[in-house]
Amino acid sequence: MHRFERYFSEWVIRYRLPIIIINLLVVIAAGSGLKLLGFNTDYRVFFGEDNPDLIAFNALEATYSKSDNVFILVAPKKSDIFQPPVLSIVEELTELSWQMPFSRRVDSLQNFQNTYAEEDDLVVENLYENVDELSVADVKRVKKVALADPLLFKRLVSEEGLVTAVNVTIEFPGVDRKAELGAVISYSRGMIDEFKTKYPDVDFYVTGVTFLNNAFVEAGERDVKSLVPLSFLAMIILLFILLKSVSAVFGVMLVIILSVVTAMGIGGYLGIALTPASISSVQMIMVLAVASSVHMLVSFLFGLQHKDTKLHALSESLRVNIQPIVLTSLTTMVGFLGMNFSEVPPFHDLGNLVAMGLCASLCLSLTFLPALMSFLPVHVKVEEDPGVGYLAGIAAFVIKRQNIVLVVMSGVVLVSAYCATFNQPEERFLKYFDTSMQFRVDTDFATENLGGLYQLMYAVPAGSPGGISRPEYLKNLDLFNDWIKSQPEVINTYVLTDTMRRLNKNMHGDEESWYVLPESRELAAQYLLLYEMSLPYGLDLNNQVNVDKSETRLIATMVELSNVELLNFEKRVQAWYGKNMPEFMNTQGTGTLMMFAHVPDKNIKGMLYGSILALFIISMILIVALRSLKVGLISLAPNLVPLTIGFGLWGLLYVEVNMALAVVVSMTLGIVVDDTVHFLSKYLRAKREKGYDSEQAITYAFTHVGKALVVSTVVLMIGFGVLMTSPFALNSDMAMLTTWIICLALIVDFLLLPVLLLRFDKDEK
Amino acid sequence: MKKLVLMMLCLLPLMAVAQTSEEKGLEIAVEADKRDMGFGDVSSSLTMTLKNANGNTSIRKMRSKTLEVQGDGDKGLTIFDKPADVKGTAFLSFTHVLEADDQWLYLPALKRVKRISSKNKSGPFMGSEFAFEDLSSREVEKYKYLYLNDDAVGGEDAFVIEVRPNYKYSGYTRSVVWISKTTYQPLKINYYDRKNSLLKTMVATGYKQYLGKYWRPDEMNMVNHQTKKETLLEFSDYKFQTGLKSRDFSKASLKRAR
Repeated sequence: MHRFERYFSEWVIRYRLPIIIINLLVVIAAGSGLKLLGFNTDYRVFFGEDNPDLIAFNALEATYSKSDNVFILVAPKKSDIFQPPVLSIVEELTELSWQMPFSRRVDSLQNFQNTYAEEDDLVVENLYENVDELSVADVKRVKKVALADPLLFKRLVSEEGLVTAVNVTIEFPGVDRKAELGAVISYSRGMIDEFKTKYPDVDFYVTGVTFLNNAFVEAGERDVKSLVPLSFLAMIILLFILLKSVSAVFGVMLVIILSVVTAMGIGGYLGIALTPASISSVQMIMVLAVASSVHMLVSFLFGLQHKDTKLHALSESLRVNIQPIVLTSLTTMVGFLGMNFSEVPPFHDLGNLVAMGLCASLCLSLTFLPALMSFLPVHVKVEEDPGVGYLAGIAAFVIKRQNIVLVVMSGVVLVSAYCATFNQPEERFLKYFDTSMQFRVDTDFATENLGGLYQLMYAVPAGSPGGISRPEYLKNLDLFNDWIKSQPEVINTYVLTDTMRRLNKNMHGDEESWYVLPESRELAAQYLLLYEMSLPYGLDLNNQVNVDKSETRLIATMVELSNVELLNFEKRVQAWYGKNMPEFMNTQGTGTLMMFAHVPDKNIKGMLYGSILALFIISMILIVALRSLKVGLISLAPNLVPLTIGFGLWGLLYVEVNMALAVVVSMTLGIVVDDTVHFLSKYLRAKREKGYDSEQAITYAFTHVGKALVVSTVVLMIGFGVLMTSPFALNSDMAMLTTWIICLALIVDFLLLPVLLLRFDKDEK
Repeated sequence: MKKLVLMMLCLLPLMAVAQTSEEKGLEIAVEADKRDMGFGDVSSSLTMTLKNANGNTSIRKMRSKTLEVQGDGDKGLTIFDKPADVKGTAFLSFTHVLEADDQWLYLPALKRVKRISSKNKSGPFMGSEFAFEDLSSREVEKYKYLYLNDDAVGGEDAFVIEVRPNYKYSGYTRSVVWISKTTYQPLKINYYDRKNSLLKTMVATGYKQYLGKYWRPDEMNMVNHQTKKETLLEFSDYKFQTGLKSRDFSKASLKRAR
């Protein structure tokens, strides 16, 4: 091993020019994949292809109309919506929304297909048209219908009539998703902006699934545009402070950039489409690459400071650093690869991209970086490091007060473990976006006033083609509708029976007493046919009824719910359903909400396996590399304790654990183990090569690697700290918890690890 | 200046002879209308197969009768046979060139004729991909025409003309029609929605000549490009000039229609 290290370090210096050229060629080859790298514009990417909720949802969408929509809210500042100027705005919006790219259907108060009887005629028409010609009585009629009809009330018109909405159903061709999404977004925004200037007395908000998708894209793009440069800048400043050498900083920055380019390029070739969750890999690679190349350069500069020649200092620094760098990169990679056990595909991409980036940075810092440095002019001032004294002080303190340290640390761990049980897996996908994003503000407004993106859909089968007209079916569907509507979580439902009742009433001269369901199958079927024949372009029944009329879809608009609340609700629905509905009508809630609802449990389970496996592999690597079973086992503690305290703190402060936090375990395991590796390898070297006893070896480790550990911890904390400012909660929460754990890891390595070594790695003599 | 006037004078006869695209388009439409004129009445059986993006299908059966009306849209009567729960339902329509059509539906379960008051010609016919306006007669005055070019559909030479509806509530900005040079019947139509994106394509096949003059297709297939839904209409038992009268197309006739 030692011979290999010497041979390798000399080889690198001898062939430095070819090494630089080969490295660059490899990076260029890999980097050419960058052009293939795109953004995924569908939030459904958060669910695996075999996710049963996603499959159910896709089937539902193929049967009925797509759920992609743009939902525009109109809220007059000083009046209700039943004023001619406001009604006119709604009409104008409706008209313009038909012009929206890929729009399939527009639903508004204005084009609501009002039906009524006029002698023996059935009139089917827009609720109103040409506002200029509306009389006071007409406006009154509009108001009456809007506040009474369940197809409008609390769906497109708010409870007090203060807010109304225009819903545009979008059918994307799916040829160039990014461009298609962009076209809809820019059209909608352009339209809204125009309305805002034109009608200053009215507020406009826009949300919908299309805007949700766009929010994911924008969150990712904002991270790339603002956080990546910020991280980059932070790293440059930090490196200047640490290395005080332009050439060294230049070298490290080049390694970072080339690592990112390589990983992302290969990602492009592998067909990875970025999401705001996986885009953070760019920053993570940067930060982790800095951490490993800093070790190289610190030793190199240290050599120069001690009057070594440049080439010798380089090969010497390489020689002593190969083992720890390979080891730490390997364990970090294992931690990130553990993310493949997540239920959420973007985290697989994140883990794999970072692992590839680490692999690239490992190769680059062992070959390219020293080769490059040999060509660059490096000037260093000779100075003594003031930090060593402090570190020796900590060592002395720990050795002297080991019992107290052990008791305090054990107490902290126990309390933390208890607090960690407070954590609840919860997903509120709208809360992934912070309020600096317009989407969140607008969606919150929609949720408060009308109900917005929180929808549950029930496709209720009727057993046979045409079966939806059977009185038994309609009666049961109605019963279900009444029950579900009376639940506190439900704002409104969209159901066929409401249309049926209305038609029956219309057919009987609009008499209120006929607002009941038709009693015969033939009658219901013929009403439906009549209604179907009367609807204008785009407003067909297909968003409610399937093609052979053997199933209808009930849509329930929900108040804001977490996944736990939603699963409880669904459990209640199923219990009621089992008791009250015939078996052939069995159904389950589907929709975006439901997809997010089932993710946390599976994700956490998956990540539990992933983390245990990662822990096992990492421990094995440590035991083999450190050539000591005992020390390897002791290393488990400093690897796991920071995680325990971190999650304990989270449980105490936040409680809600989203899908991103489940992957933190595996990820940080790989990162925090690096500190342990560095500390233990120095400790063992002192014992084995220099024959120190445990106490001396601990002091040796503190003074020789302590500064590097502090430095890399600071680098990592700043790097992840920048990510904490992301507007996307999956990134910012993950970064926050990771930052805590990294900081805790250093504390544990300085306090707990030495104590454990003193206790369990007693000197044999 | 003089030169210019001279040039203009030289061009004048040319301009008088050269036909504009609008004129040629109109000419084709007039010719198509002329060739189909005088069929009197026609009846046929229809099978309608609806298919959604999933490939699920549903079949409807009906019989249709049409009475030619000079100077306005034709009168049509459709009697539904399948599905069973709408059997006996009959639909009567008087189509008009520029105004909304008059439509009545007889509901046997209610034993009543209901007039449907709706401006809708753009809506779907029985939940299919065919809109009412796709199925009703093509009077010359319903559209503005523009000849585009010559083309062939399935080996058959055709004129390609662009057609813009004059009806305010039409669901289309325009359609592009391939009209056979031999039969003057549409072979293929591309429909463009209100935002002028391609919405549907109709392809008509199996044209046969009846009474030595009138061409009718065996099949019309409509594909919706946006929703990926499809409707196939299969026609059979064409019978021309069976002596249908105006009174066979009245509200009173609806109840008798079986």
